[in-house]
Amino acid sequence: MKATALPPFQFVFEQHANAVLTFLRGSIGASEAEDCFQETMLSALRAYPRLGDASNLRGWLLTIARRKAIDAHRARARRPSPVADPDPGAVVDAHLEPDDGLWDQVRGLPSKQRKAVVLRFAGDKSYPEIAAAMSTTQDSARQSVHEGLKKLRRELR
Amino acid sequence: MTVDLAMTNRFIERAEAKGLVDVAVATMDSPVGTLLLMATPRGLVRIAFDHENRDEVLGDVATRLSPRILDAPRRLDAVRRQLDRYFAGTLRDFDVPLDWSLTGEFARKVLRRTARIPYGSVASYADVAVGVGTPRGYRAVGNALGSNPIPVVVPCHRVVRTGGAIGGYGGGLPRKRWLLALETG
Repeated sequence: MKATALPPFQFVFEQHANAVLTFLRGSIGASEAEDCFQETMLSALRAYPRLGDASNLRGWLLTIARRKAIDAHRARARRPSPVADPDPGAVVDAHLEPDDGLWDQVRGLPSKQRKAVVLRFAGDKSYPEIAAAMSTTQDSARQSVHEGLKKLRRELR
Repeated sequence: MTVDLAMTNRFIERAEAKGLVDVAVATMDSPVGTLLLMATPRGLVRIAFDHENRDEVLGDVATRLSPRILDAPRRLDAVRRQLDRYFAGTLRDFDVPLDWSLTGEFARKVLRRTARIPYGSVASYADVAVGVGTPRGYRAVGNALGSNPIPVVVPCHRVVRTGGAIGGYGGGLPRKRWLLALETG
């Protein structure tokens, strides 16, 4: 006997697909979010029947999405950049347009954390670049990203 | 940011191509109301009339077969085309693979026997009981027919009481009458 009956995956998709896509847009930017979204949902569907606990399906999906986003970051880091890097300031503005879900929470972060998280994940900046853009040290930039993600993770639970 | 139809369709297509959809779901309009259709890779496994709650039907199949259930209507295209022709009166015999996973051994025997009743004719519960080798089991036959997971295509509406009274129907008597009238039209 299964401890918790798993709902049809169709319901899981209907209820959480938007949150997954929004999270991925915030993590890796709009252009790669869809591919990552597809990979996330396919991995989830493949693993679904073996999932023991259906009590936090959104958290489970976002964990898979986070791993896919990291994979995408790494793949991108290995590719030569086809275009000039955008101005960090412009990236912040472009990615903080009204959006639901995750970006609301990103906007709610303290300013230093918010800026660092956006530069890191929406702008795909390295820590030296973030430090330069924020006129601070690399360690401090790293710390701000870390704190920001920790806060988001808590809120997304 | 919302997931649009194109993204959803791409997901379904890729999930199907990778063999990850254990149960595909589709709906269709019909003269007896909206039908919910479900198919496994083996065949048509479930048809539900619209008095049954969609979420409950999907939940039940998730528990009994697999939770990898998705709206993937393509897999049911052939079934839908045949049902359309049946309701238009131009198709008498369905030719689609069936998956009996939702049916126990005895019910399966009863329903297979029922599937052999020709279009436009009827048999009694007692006839079917004799047909499956349990002449006195007509009540069990009635239960098996009542739990038919694939109504219309498996024509349990063609089973009536000895003497011609209409008997019962899982989908309600008006639907049974309508289907019998269509076939004798």
